[in-house]
Amino acid sequence: MIKLTQVSKNYGQHTVVDQVSFSVSPEQSVAIIGHNGAGKTTLMKLILGLVRPSEGALEISTDPGRDPHADIGFLPETVSFPGEMTGNQVLRYYAKLKKVSLNQCSELLELVGLSTAATSRVKTYSKGMRQRLGLAQALLGNPKLLLLDEPTTGLDPFLRRHFYGILRECKTKGTAILISSHALSEIEGEIDKILIMRKGSVIIQGTLEQLREAAQLPTQIHVEVLAGEESRFAAFQQTDHLNGENRSSSITFLCQQSEKVELMGQIMTHQKAIKNLQIIPPGLDDLYSHFVEQADQP
Amino acid sequence: MSAIITITTAEFQRAIRNRWAIASILLLASLAFSLALLGSAPIGDTRASLMSITTVSLSSLSLYLIPLVALTISFDAIVGEEEQGTLLLLLSYPISRWHIILGKFIGHLLVLLFAILVGYGSAGLYLIVQDGSQTSEWIDYVQMMTSSLLLGAVFISIGCLISLLSKSRASAIGAAVGVWLFMLVLYDLILLGVLLADKEQKIQPELFNGLVLANPADVYRLYNLAGSDAASMVSGVANIASTPGPNSLLGIMSIWVAVLLVIAIYLFSRKEL
Repeated sequence: MIKLTQVSKNYGQHTVVDQVSFSVSPEQSVAIIGHNGAGKTTLMKLILGLVRPSEGALEISTDPGRDPHADIGFLPETVSFPGEMTGNQVLRYYAKLKKVSLNQCSELLELVGLSTAATSRVKTYSKGMRQRLGLAQALLGNPKLLLLDEPTTGLDPFLRRHFYGILRECKTKGTAILISSHALSEIEGEIDKILIMRKGSVIIQGTLEQLREAAQLPTQIHVEVLAGEESRFAAFQQTDHLNGENRSSSITFLCQQSEKVELMGQIMTHQKAIKNLQIIPPGLDDLYSHFVEQADQP
Repeated sequence: MSAIITITTAEFQRAIRNRWAIASILLLASLAFSLALLGSAPIGDTRASLMSITTVSLSSLSLYLIPLVALTISFDAIVGEEEQGTLLLLLSYPISRWHIILGKFIGHLLVLLFAILVGYGSAGLYLIVQDGSQTSEWIDYVQMMTSSLLLGAVFISIGCLISLLSKSRASAIGAAVGVWLFMLVLYDLILLGVLLADKEQKIQPELFNGLVLANPADVYRLYNLAGSDAASMVSGVANIASTPGPNSLLGIMSIWVAVLLVIAIYLFSRKEL
């Protein structure tokens, strides 16, 4: 759907986007993760054609002779619609601009859960409601590409789940999705590919599994031991799996992905002494800080 | 084309919703009515009829007021949406940038047209009913209304340009006030000052005429005031300059609108966000 090859954007001496290459295909969702100022929003503007690349090539595949904007749904980072308009009026305005049937408006308001508020003025909306109106606007005309700039800010956990549900539905219909986010833990499991950006360049990209493999971060195994049975685990004291946290009743083991199954087997020989057990693989938060710290080192 | 209509409609509805349209109508109507009623007070012996007095006094006040109303409607056309975050969204839609400029311009012009028609028109009708008037008099009145709309169109395009070049709404307000002050007050003062200082008469009459015609506000003055006897007292530098025909004066104002809009469209299509 979109393909960027070595795209850069400079403002004078200042490089905002540096040699970025990636692609998003239909039915794929890609997340861009990075600090504020890492170039996420500029990347979105480049794709929208609002900013011209200084170098590199940017392709958007659409039918020849068709304005690519007709196939793109965009939700900007901060958007405030005219407060005097009702939600319905706002959506109808954008539907007319996109030359989409006005019948879709009520369907979309229903989908994002704003049916009952459709005739209220936007200035009475909460931040979450405004964000959902923004999402409805982006979904007008069933776009082939969705660009969402930090879409879940202001949404409570319930609405976030609902939001990702909508995205999944779009994906099964063949939509390509590019989403930028700070909220790392919530996009885990929702996203096919992750790009980590720092100071304008992509420091790593791949699936979550590929990122885990590249980072070689340890998996944590928390074991809660029944009272009086601590001595059973004394043998593990010699191994290098054990980290400093070793209180009498709970032990934390650290191991690489490859050693996990073997270590679990060893632990499970003491099954009767274990009250509870938790396996925590490195999360996206851990991976993100790992890669950024790695890149920060000279 | 449909995109222009959509944006025009949205701008017009916005002006009605945020009460700008009604405020402009009330302002223009109260001005026109107060001048009409003031004119009808029996002071001395006047040769001119009530309607032609009102036409002249109203046009001399419109000169200052119409640009002010036009600039207030249009100064945040682009920068306002930029601050709101909706400009980015608008530009992600399948519409051209000139659609946006033209749509907003027409929308603002309709608001002004509406205000002039209702505000000045109602006062004009009142005068005709009250006083009765000859055809030539109300033709003058309608011409004053038309040229006021054209003057407004010039300043709406200036406002569009200001809102494109400003970084924030606040600086756009400052620029609008500055432009208003320069074109309506300072320009003539500077021109007169130069003329007075020019004792050796180096400035040719052609150059002077050209300088007067270069300012659309002076063109409006020439069109409305220079022609009539009653007006010669209030017409400022316009009275000194020799006058081209009324149609070419309207032509000059139309050219101003076209040139300013082309510049605005050019700048907007080059703008990166």
